[in-house]
Amino acid sequence: MKMCPSQFVNYMHEYLDGDISREHEQELKHHLQACQDCQQHMHELSDTIAFIKSAAHIAAPPSFEDKVIKRLPKRKNSVGIKRWFRQHPVLVAAAVFCLFMSATLLGSFPNDDQFSVTKQPNLVVNGQTVIVPAGEVVKGDIVVKNGDIVIEGEVDGNVTVINGNYMASTAVVTGQVKEIDEAFGWLWYKIKKGFSDFTNMFE
Amino acid sequence: MDALVNKRIKQVLKGDQNAYADIVNLYQHKLYQVCFRMLSNKQEAEDIAQEAFIRAYINLHSYDQNRKFSTWLYRIATNLCIDRIRKKKPDYYLDAEVAGTEGLDMYSQIAADGQLPEEAVEQMELQDRIQYEISRLPDKYRSVIVLKYIEELSLLEISEILDMPLGTVKTRIHRGREALRKQLNNV
Ligand SMILES: [Zn+2]
Repeated sequence: MKMCPSQFVNYMHEYLDGDISREHEQELKHHLQACQDCQQHMHELSDTIAFIKSAAHIAAPPSFEDKVIKRLPKRKNSVGIKRWFRQHPVLVAAAVFCLFMSATLLGSFPNDDQFSVTKQPNLVVNGQTVIVPAGEVVKGDIVVKNGDIVIEGEVDGNVTVINGNYMASTAVVTGQVKEIDEAFGWLWYKIKKGFSDFTNMFE
Repeated sequence: MDALVNKRIKQVLKGDQNAYADIVNLYQHKLYQVCFRMLSNKQEAEDIAQEAFIRAYINLHSYDQNRKFSTWLYRIATNLCIDRIRKKKPDYYLDAEVAGTEGLDMYSQIAADGQLPEEAVEQMELQDRIQYEISRLPDKYRSVIVLKYIEELSLLEISEILDMPLGTVKTRIHRGREALRKQLNNV
């Protein structure tokens, strides 16, 4: 069997992708007219595409949608709180004021620059960066202060970053992700925590 | 459709879980199909497609609404499928060892060398045969071939979904077509 220059097979694929140049197309046409082997190759490729394109459409099973909705994590709580905030602006303002005045709260504000992170067994700490390695599942909440977190694996809980960055691409966090950058953010975080405990009592 | 999807996404982000049902409804068949074509197993395809929708829901806040939602969904689903295929491999060889000691059924014959006896292949119905040939493709060609010829997506979309340069997608499609051609022609 004689061997043709491989460029012709490349041209065939360019042609099949619909992005062949005019010159390449002309060259290919001339070559195919003269070369049985390449003609055969081109036919086989066309047949291959026709074969795969004859695949029937496949539908999801009828119960699919219901099953997904049933498996969704519940977020009812945080929605309830947001609505409550919106409906009671005066109370919220009063509460913010009270909490501002609260010595215990201000005492807990992270006014040091110390890096810290919640102790969890499978966390990797690299300088001031906390890493949830790919393939690892961290069970529980993570709070990082004055550092960054990179999530490559999974976190089964909430992630809170104070004065740092949250970096994740395909990460999975079952809870909420919060980034807090300044004093007011920290206060707000404390307030929301306070409220969610508060509203939980009525649910 | 994009306007409706973006509206639903905003509703979900505001906490309306019911709006997500419409999103699942719109994309369920596409996602299930990709998973089935990648994994060749109905139960696994259902699990993974469900998982993809759940992950999309959890990470919805990180979805960029200027981009196509289906691209983002496909990306989550294909990543999960590829992970699943990789995790499955050790079992797969384990099955092959068992097959040698316990006699051969059809599944273990596929597991042993990825290939069925010729006469069994010739007797297959067209649709079974198509899926069988897809399943024999190496993973990296399987995903591009499925996205291109089953889902009929553009090369550009495929490059976004698989997060690889357009040139790499083209090369893989070319090699995937050649691999499939060889399978079909017993070369
Ligand atoms: Zn030739």
